[in-house]
Amino acid sequence: MHTGNPPKAKKRSSYAKWGYFFIAPFFIAFAVFQLIPLASTIYYSFFQYFRQGLRIIGPNFVGLANYASLFQTDLPKYFGNTMLMWLVGFVPQIAVSLLLAAWFTNQRLSLRAQGFFKTVIYMPNLIMAAAFAMLFFTLFSDNGPVNATLLSMGAISQPFQFLSTVVGARGLVAFMNFLMWFGNTTIVLMAAIMGVDPGLYEAAEIDGASSQQMFWRITIPLIRPILVYTFITSLIGGLQMFDVPQILTNGKGEPDRCTTTMIMYLNNHMYSKNYGMAGAISTVLFVLCAVLCLFIYFSLTQDNASAQRARKGGARK
Amino acid sequence: MSKPAKAIRLKSSKGKLTAARIGCYLFLGFLCFLCLFFFYMLLINASRNTFQIQQGFSFLPGESFLTNLKNTLNDANIPVMSGIGNSLLVSALSAALATYFSAMTAYGIHAYDFKFRRAAFTLILLIMTMPTQISAVGFVDEMQKMGLKDSLVPLFLPAIASPIVFFFMKQYMDGNLPMEIVEAARIDGSSEFHTFNRIVLPIVKPAVAVQAIFTFVSAWNNYFIPALLLDSAKKKTLPILIAQLRSADFLKFDMGKVYMLITIAIIPVIIVYLLLSKFIVRGVALGGVKG
Repeated sequence: MHTGNPPKAKKRSSYAKWGYFFIAPFFIAFAVFQLIPLASTIYYSFFQYFRQGLRIIGPNFVGLANYASLFQTDLPKYFGNTMLMWLVGFVPQIAVSLLLAAWFTNQRLSLRAQGFFKTVIYMPNLIMAAAFAMLFFTLFSDNGPVNATLLSMGAISQPFQFLSTVVGARGLVAFMNFLMWFGNTTIVLMAAIMGVDPGLYEAAEIDGASSQQMFWRITIPLIRPILVYTFITSLIGGLQMFDVPQILTNGKGEPDRCTTTMIMYLNNHMYSKNYGMAGAISTVLFVLCAVLCLFIYFSLTQDNASAQRARKGGARK
Repeated sequence: MSKPAKAIRLKSSKGKLTAARIGCYLFLGFLCFLCLFFFYMLLINASRNTFQIQQGFSFLPGESFLTNLKNTLNDANIPVMSGIGNSLLVSALSAALATYFSAMTAYGIHAYDFKFRRAAFTLILLIMTMPTQISAVGFVDEMQKMGLKDSLVPLFLPAIASPIVFFFMKQYMDGNLPMEIVEAARIDGSSEFHTFNRIVLPIVKPAVAVQAIFTFVSAWNNYFIPALLLDSAKKKTLPILIAQLRSADFLKFDMGKVYMLITIAIIPVIIVYLLLSKFIVRGVALGGVKG
């Protein structure tokens, strides 16, 4: 067939070259604004290169010295902060999102005003993180309205210093992450659940399965790929956590740098024009993200295969 | 005997369902309260003066809305008007560039069978998972060398390479762009770029609309890169002005002004969202499932 139709093949190949013209702008922009900067970021990570006052030191090649000193600084602590605040926000986020997605898609429950609820819960996701953090800062500051209200209600006798206690500051960051993302996750999970073959639920209903059984035995296994996807994309987003803690604590990560994230640390080095160290932090983040990406890729392809197997098995029954 | 028993069971299951529904509505109501409360507080406080704000919450607005607005717009330290202008310019151009060039890239991979097609597609997917912050050091350095450090150009030009928008467009074309139409246009003598602009773009308009909104909002909210690049007051975008507010000596500040500036920064997005929420919610679902 391939050889039997030479004119068509020729025609196709004559059009094929247009593909390059169409994708060229993307790759040129990518090379100029991302690839070359990424390469020079990694390159600088091997150099001593910083500014002392007006004097520029370097770039002097120092090999892996930046990395060695990086792991002696508080980077592991900041990594821990980032992961902790992400996790404390993510666990309730995925739990609430699953619950809401299950409710919204439950035929028996048939909730009303779904459009309204979806519109409202997605709203915080669109808000400028900087403005949201500033709002939280003003509301929860020592003499802010939250404290004033609690005092006047007699719930507390002294203002609670939300932003000067470890639990308060980390808790606020995690809470804001939860609030900003649970609507988005709900809608994504809902769409995944609606993609499940309704015949499976009908069959389960005839067999007398309860809503809970259907949820845990049918829904969860079949939307596992999307759950993994949500988990990993949220984790990558979590590693990038910056705006909220930066504005909330004015870049200091107070109290005692317990809310300093990795990107905040990177930002500090960039502001003090220490490009060598900033490059090293970026490279560590790059490697972390690359590992996560590989993980997404393999878990998604594997999960697809196992989900398909499960679906086939279910159909055969 | 069996009949009443069945009826009772039916009734009790009905009662259970009602109870479950009430539980659901209560919980949803609570979540909506959480989501809306902060915006309500923001609006209320934007209309009160500092003294009233320090008295605690109030559910009724004050009378200082216009005073606060005037004070905020006239504050010499926070150039709000130019901030709005800069944010609008950067966001609109980002949205236009991202959607147009992503549609173009997606069409290139969708419609032409060239040699590196699969490789290009896989590469873009890989790029999608990489955070932009990791190349920030080199980016700032490069912009400095190109003389674009204190400029708005590096805030929108990189939007040409937007892998997430590309991915969405590609998915949309797979479902909605039959190649027969393109073939027909070729027979009629339409050139490839002409076909793309006149035939393909109108077909993918819904996808363009959804992604334009998303890109606009994320550019509007972007803080990390602008904070590293912009120095002069006239170039600053809204998120930087808000951050500046945070680092100013807070106790000396007119609180009404603080709330007003936050309101100015987020209310436009909320209004656009409320007008278009149907499409946005659908867009999130589309992007999520196929991802």
